Amino acid sequence: MVPVSYYLVLSAVLFTLGVAAFLFKRNIITIFMSIELMLNAVNLSFVAFANMHKDVSGHVFVFFVMVVAAAEAAVGLAIIIAIYRTRETLNVDRVNLLKL
Amino acid sequence: MNPTTNEIQSIAILPELILSVAGIVVMLADPFLGAKSNRRPLGYLALAGTVAALFATAMQRSSPGASYFRVIQVDDFSVFFHFVIIAITAVVTLSSLDYLEQQRIRAGEYYALLLFGTVGMCLMTSARELLMLFIALEISSIATYVLAGFRLRSAASAESSLKYFLLGSFATAFFLYGVALIYGATGTTNIPAIAAKLAEGSTTGLTVMALALMIVGMAFKISAAPFHVWTPDVYEGAPIPVVALMSTGPKAAAFALMLRVLFGAFGSLNEWWMPLIWVAAVLSMTLGNIGALMQNNVKRMLAYSSIAHAGYVLVAFAAQKEAGVSAAIFYTATYAAMNVGAFAVASYQAGEGERYVSIDDFAGLGRRSPVLATTLTIFMLSLIGIPLTGGFFAKFYVFKAALASDMIWLTVIGVANSAIAAYYYLRLIVVMYMKEGDESTPLLPVPVSVATGLLVAAGLTLYLGILPESTLDFAIKGARQLLLIH
Amino acid sequence: MTDNQLLPYLPVLLQLLVAAGIGAGMVALSAIIGHRKYSRVKMQAYECGMTPTGDAQHRFSVKFYLVAMLFILFDVEAIFLIPWAVVYKDLLRKFGWFGFWEMIIYIGIVLVGLIYIWKKGVIDWNVDDAKESASGSD
Repeated sequence: MVPVSYYLVLSAVLFTLGVAAFLFKRNIITIFMSIELMLNAVNLSFVAFANMHKDVSGHVFVFFVMVVAAAEAAVGLAIIIAIYRTRETLNVDRVNLLKL
Repeated sequence: MNPTTNEIQSIAILPELILSVAGIVVMLADPFLGAKSNRRPLGYLALAGTVAALFATAMQRSSPGASYFRVIQVDDFSVFFHFVIIAITAVVTLSSLDYLEQQRIRAGEYYALLLFGTVGMCLMTSARELLMLFIALEISSIATYVLAGFRLRSAASAESSLKYFLLGSFATAFFLYGVALIYGATGTTNIPAIAAKLAEGSTTGLTVMALALMIVGMAFKISAAPFHVWTPDVYEGAPIPVVALMSTGPKAAAFALMLRVLFGAFGSLNEWWMPLIWVAAVLSMTLGNIGALMQNNVKRMLAYSSIAHAGYVLVAFAAQKEAGVSAAIFYTATYAAMNVGAFAVASYQAGEGERYVSIDDFAGLGRRSPVLATTLTIFMLSLIGIPLTGGFFAKFYVFKAALASDMIWLTVIGVANSAIAAYYYLRLIVVMYMKEGDESTPLLPVPVSVATGLLVAAGLTLYLGILPESTLDFAIKGARQLLLIH
Repeated sequence: MTDNQLLPYLPVLLQLLVAAGIGAGMVALSAIIGHRKYSRVKMQAYECGMTPTGDAQHRFSVKFYLVAMLFILFDVEAIFLIPWAVVYKDLLRKFGWFGFWEMIIYIGIVLVGLIYIWKKGVIDWNVDDAKESASGSD
């Protein structure tokens, strides 16, 4: 058997990659995918812990996270279409009407 | 979760049930109405739903306890926040009726999304299971992401929606990772069970990591510094009634969530999270107020002000104990009343296409519309914290709790910040009454729905400033139950 | 942590290596020993033997995207039916019909969503685009 820590390290690496991509990528779709990567990294942690504790509530959590991620994807892509219709670009640097 | 407990009392989620059914009816009714017909009746339907939900919440007081397999907790704490959140939605609905017609947005889904979002916020306050908390958080967030983009013709609105969506989901992912780690550390996602496990065992690196990640996620949601940068942008682009909702409803719910998580689950780790909250409180107050000083757009100014107010609530968090928790609860309610009111005025004053949102556009409002000017003055004075308004007692209780916990420095910084804040709130009042208005800006007859909303908000602000005792008692009871149950 | 823990996964690793080797090998071999003769017909994009019409990168109607998005939503919502069906007998024994009605309510809510998109005309592809965009901009 592969020890739990392997899964946790993999999950942490994936989550960190997601965070890095979120911060450094400029295309909205890529940024959006990096959020999905973060959520799936968390799912991996949940499953690993559920297996470690021999408890199903971790699996249940994963189900709900997946459904929520799908709902988020639908809303997110709709927003991206709205952005494209008004701005004709998907580069976050050019989506800058509202200055920080 | 104990599978043998079969305690399914519909009363525990009755307000949410009513709101969901009302939302579904509104959503289904919209496509059946003709494309050109008026959507106002749907707004009234939504309003009726919120009023019914308020009555259901009042009924809940007589049947406290855990329900639905120990996932839902009904106590004074949840009932208090239910009242606050549903009342916010009612006032926002009232101020949306005319706003939507003015902006020529013809979509009944707006009201449906308002109601669905409210369901999520309500569940956030009564969940005692992290899974439920997460789902509730997402219900409320996803509904508000869409609402932020509702000015379909405006590029700024779409951009605001995008920023809110991206940063909101980013924060959710952090929160979720924290949940996963605490599940790994304790083997449960039930908040009281987590508290019990943490109290008996020693603190490990895993629990501290989980705590830190969850605080990051929650700080985003309440827009506390250093995770506040999205707030002004999102508030500037979103439709004003939606900003009224975003700056109060999800925030009140997020504070409730934070209270449950920090004092419920992580109560025994308070020496770990206290310094983080202390720093976040100081940063939020200072950066919020300094940012607000430099704004010319009223929406941005109120956005920075909401960051500063999140800081004051965090002072109460840092004070801890019953006094701190009850002060935080009381502050949330007061802030909701005055902020929703201020945005309601702004949304009516903004005009078609939200053209009049800079501070100079408020010039001469005292003459053009005495009703709007008077109510806005009440809200501004309350946001400063002048006696006889709710804001005074809210700040008073927070700083009293902080002093009682020997947090002298935090109190000093907080009071100094309140003094700075007075400048930009007063500036708006001065502009309204002292400066001559532009001739071309139209006169504003206030419609009944907006007037009702303003009356409710202003009435509550004054009520909390003159007779705060009963509300404070309620908040103290809620705080006691929150601290006791876990 | 010894290598033994990973030993059961050795076949997977071997298969990965073999698959990657075959793929890389074929590409490399054809590049090394293959003849190349370019003609106009050969340089055309391959479309199942048909003569290509137009650019491959033209825009798709947003309707494809909408249907795909709705498919994801309804597809993922079915996720809850599977664990429910697995424990259904236990559920019936422990809570009576409660578990059944809960799922019926859930399916009912999903159905409401379907009725909504139906009435909104999302799955009605016969409406011409001009009319659609005229009513959509309102």
